[in-house]
Amino acid sequence: MEETRVLNELRTRFPGAVRDALSLAGDDVLLVEREGFFRLAEALKAAPLDYALLLDLTCVDYLARSGCLEMVYTFLSLGRNHRLRVKITLPAGEARLPSLAPLWKNADWLEREVHEMFGVDFEGHPGLRPLLLYEGFEGHPLRKDYPLRRRQPLIPLREEP
Amino acid sequence: MGFLTTTFNSLLGWARKYSLFHYPFVTACCGMEYMSAACAHFDIDRFGAGWTRFSPRQADMLLVVGTITQKQAPVLRTVYEQMTEPKWVMAIGACAVSGGIYDNYAVVQGVEAVIPVDVFIPGCPPRPETILDALLKLQDKIQKQDQDWRWKRRGS
Repeated sequence: MEETRVLNELRTRFPGAVRDALSLAGDDVLLVEREGFFRLAEALKAAPLDYALLLDLTCVDYLARSGCLEMVYTFLSLGRNHRLRVKITLPAGEARLPSLAPLWKNADWLEREVHEMFGVDFEGHPGLRPLLLYEGFEGHPLRKDYPLRRRQPLIPLREEP
Repeated sequence: MGFLTTTFNSLLGWARKYSLFHYPFVTACCGMEYMSAACAHFDIDRFGAGWTRFSPRQADMLLVVGTITQKQAPVLRTVYEQMTEPKWVMAIGACAVSGGIYDNYAVVQGVEAVIPVDVFIPGCPPRPETILDALLKLQDKIQKQDQDWRWKRRGS
């Protein structure tokens, strides 16, 4: 099967970076260490793997369970019609990762969103300004420890009648 | 004199309630119901509110239709402040009334926190009939309220 072939190939090419590889419900998943992630991403983009599309890039909050954030990347190779999911576990204290914006341009906005919502820093990003939130917003609202009812109005609100 | 002012007040109320120019501040799915209410099927024009003005300066009824986020609140307030007196506001749909299902960091919990509201219309989304009913209630309110006019003596 091609899926396992791709995973095997990646595992042998990047022995330090790939922690584990598995197929879940028809999707290939690669568990990756932070060190060597960017080199792996470069290899994914280039021929022969040819993952031309970064479909999505997001983050999951496992802070309460294991004290970690998990980054999830989904790549698609148009030439081979193959999907690959890459997951990286980040300890809460050092939520940093090399930016993929130099490789896939759409990573720019996606990383800005993850940065403001989860507080992950992307090194080498062209400008980590807030994308959806506004200047002066404190905290990271999609983290589970952000209080549900905490409001940060942009303008002073009227007092309730 | 008192009789004349009361009559004029009533006349002005009658004129104002049947010549509402509305400005639709449409941000979400309730807009579909608003369109339905505004167009031929339900036809808000039957009640004298047919003119849609896309400039707040020409409008006297602001329809807040849909979710207002914290980021959008300044825009809504600016639009309201640009409208000329007399002006009225309808909050259409659960989100505009109370924030609706969006009890979170991003959404204003009811536009009453940003601008004063005259009529609240519940529903997610409200039926066009509900919007028309609310319009009738607003007209009732306009008719009964103390009208303001230019040469009126203040405090009398």
